[in-house]
Amino acid sequence: MAFYRPASYQKPVAIALLLTLLTLPSALTAFGQEFYIGFATRVLIFALAASSLNLVLGFGGMFSLGHAAFFGAGAYAAAICMNAGIHDALLAFPIAMLAAGLFALLVGSISLRTRGVYFIMITLAFAQMAYYLFISARAWGGDDGLPLATRMSLGGLSLSGDQALFYAALACLTLTMLFLGRLANARFGRVIQAIRENETRMEALGYPVFRYRLICFALGGALAGLAGALLANLTGLASPNLLQWTQSGTLLVMVIIGGVGYLYGGVVGALILLMLEETLVGFTEHWHIVLGLLLLGIVLFAPKGVAALFGKKDG
Amino acid sequence: MAEALLEVRALSRRFAAVDALKEVNFSVEEGEVHALIGPNGAGKTTFIHHVSGALQPDSGSVHFAGQEVTALSMHQRVAAGMARSYQITNIFPSLSALDNVALAVQGRADAGSSFSFWKAVDRDKRLFAEARDFLGQVGLDKRIDHIAGNLAHGEQRALELAMALATQPRLLLLDEPMAGAGPEESARMVELIEHLARHVTILLVEHDMDAVFRLADRISVLVNGQLIFTGIPDEVRAHPEVRRAYLGDSA
Repeated sequence: MAFYRPASYQKPVAIALLLTLLTLPSALTAFGQEFYIGFATRVLIFALAASSLNLVLGFGGMFSLGHAAFFGAGAYAAAICMNAGIHDALLAFPIAMLAAGLFALLVGSISLRTRGVYFIMITLAFAQMAYYLFISARAWGGDDGLPLATRMSLGGLSLSGDQALFYAALACLTLTMLFLGRLANARFGRVIQAIRENETRMEALGYPVFRYRLICFALGGALAGLAGALLANLTGLASPNLLQWTQSGTLLVMVIIGGVGYLYGGVVGALILLMLEETLVGFTEHWHIVLGLLLLGIVLFAPKGVAALFGKKDG
Repeated sequence: MAEALLEVRALSRRFAAVDALKEVNFSVEEGEVHALIGPNGAGKTTFIHHVSGALQPDSGSVHFAGQEVTALSMHQRVAAGMARSYQITNIFPSLSALDNVALAVQGRADAGSSFSFWKAVDRDKRLFAEARDFLGQVGLDKRIDHIAGNLAHGEQRALELAMALATQPRLLLLDEPMAGAGPEESARMVELIEHLARHVTILLVEHDMDAVFRLADRISVLVNGQLIFTGIPDEVRAHPEVRRAYLGDSA
């Protein structure tokens, strides 16, 4: 795969999408569909989480099956902050990112010494260890999870309204996508993409490959932590289920159907998967089967992901 | 004599029950082209791997520019001034020739940190100007924007050389640069190496004897993991053991 380059129309489309999203809560309210503001927030949060995995998997070439551990760690960090009296997201979110990032640094510093299927297994093992740790941590609610009494505030603004939280999530996602877009074409982004293509060659050009991978992995973890902190605010709960391997699997599916290594792959994938789920649940309780068939279709007919159908990429 | 640029002392390495390298003592002087020859399976590539840091020896040591580098990893040795090309072409096939070399330039300590997350590389004029320059040095000025994987075999070998040069090494390790090349490509490669040898010390592993005798200041002969002889080309040609072990009586 060549270096990532945005398609020429990507910027206008992204701006149009952002403008649409800015008016979405008012539009939904006008049509009496306020319920969907919460759903839209959920999509934004998972778009952020999937994009953080796309940084690690799509750009860094690291097939992690434990990414949900950092997502969950962020949620718990937010809940713990809340219970410790830190109600301001301006402080709590960076703490959640730092906690998840440091956890990823620890996991990465061990996992990244392995390759291929061993890396998949060891990241899975770390995530499951974290999952069981939180399940057994009585002080943090054990398998009931750790509830948040209220939602946080952002500076002076309360996030308790659904609209406010929606905008907070939108701001976090927008900033993250802006950052990832810049990163992909900056020196660091080129180094991690080149490592994905040919690790030995990069080492032979004098790059400390391990260090670059580790920083990329930790950065992905920190961004997943931000998504986790947002989700804890949305649902009012940091649940151990967020760390479970099925959650890592969900994020992986989002990235794969969206487009591995495409800047908006995670966003597109999260949108498709959550919309399908939301729609199908209304029709049948066996919605998983329909979802499975649709996913099969996407993998067969758009093997590079849906974003690849739109995004031109040279090479 | 001044201290050698590269000095390998009593280097040994076993793979299972096979002595791949046995007590190899070897040195490359600053400024020379030193060729390493030997029959297939003699351990030449294994030796290069130990010099470049891709493999660690069981015993013995590697010294480079007056510093012991045995424990250093490959990327640290590159930073110290050692660059290599591979026997099997090793480039980034999906990237343009320019991007391939720009990556090599970017990896150099004097090109600034690569922990830069925001500034677009495209704005980094110096990086690409330098990369163009190195492509010019190996005769690829007309292929700058071509995807590396679409280049002809000989051009890919030249590209790999440009990447090695772009790290600005003091010592260039070339592992069979003529491998798989036709006569014309080989001739061009010999010319190129001759030209490069004016600026950089070269350790050359090669099977093409015409090229070796034309390029090398000194030649070492490796047979079954043991260094049996080192000398100037005429001595190597005349050496009875070398003739028997490697060149055959036809030489």
